[in-house]
Amino acid sequence: MSQLHAWGAVVVIVLASTVGDVLLSRAMKQVGDVGKLRRQAGVLAVIGRTLRNSSFVLGVTAMAVAFYSLLFGLSWGDVSLVVPASTSLTFVTNAVAAHFFLHEKVDHRRWLAALLVGGGVILLAL
Amino acid sequence: MTFRKYLVLFGVSAFAATGDSLISRGMKQVGSISLHHLADIVLVVLHPQIALGIALLLAFFACYMTALSWADLTYVLPATSVSYILLTLLAKFYLHETVSLNRWIGILLISAGVGFVTQGPALTPVPHPSEPECVSAASRESVPQ
Repeated sequence: MSQLHAWGAVVVIVLASTVGDVLLSRAMKQVGDVGKLRRQAGVLAVIGRTLRNSSFVLGVTAMAVAFYSLLFGLSWGDVSLVVPASTSLTFVTNAVAAHFFLHEKVDHRRWLAALLVGGGVILLAL
Repeated sequence: MTFRKYLVLFGVSAFAATGDSLISRGMKQVGSISLHHLADIVLVVLHPQIALGIALLLAFFACYMTALSWADLTYVLPATSVSYILLTLLAKFYLHETVSLNRWIGILLISAGVGFVTQGPALTPVPHPSEPECVSAASRESVPQ
């Protein structure tokens, strides 16, 4: 039963961190190139513009959900299952979500990179 | 991609790896925290290693947000997975842990993934609204005058 709970936590971690990453990426594209903005308006303007962005606030909230789900997941299952499973799956789900929601051009090179890194993360945890 | 942008990507990886390991070492020194003494979780931030770890993770977040402002998510995530390689090298040469063959193969796969993604463009080009998508600059040049 705890194994089922651990996998349930993995699903929530993967979903929440994918939603978080997509929202944070969208927020920063709306804010614009931070380097240019900092030179034009200063660091405080960059911070203010980022913190006022609703996608940023939602993204950070989703990341907090992912973090607390990880804590619950670690209390239900082994660290060697929960961490590599959630981290590697997140690379793949991020590629899918970035294609559909951020309209990024996820070509063969990026797919291969996501799969290689995902596989590598699993091997590191074995 | 400029040198400064590569530096920001390296910052994401380096700050994540060092911040995580410092917090991990700090928490091991503090020991387990009981649910009956929840105030302890607030007080652990006063531990020097954990405080430094939190500062490094804040630097990681600033670099990550900066990178996402000029690069695609599907570029930033694999490119910054260098942090896993740094963590393993740190474990091998600084903490003198034994690194198994599986982990070396994992590092090889991650390195290949980083190599693949960094060869491509960092940002998906956004078509200009006033310019029809089907007429690219190249096709306009090929039209006979």
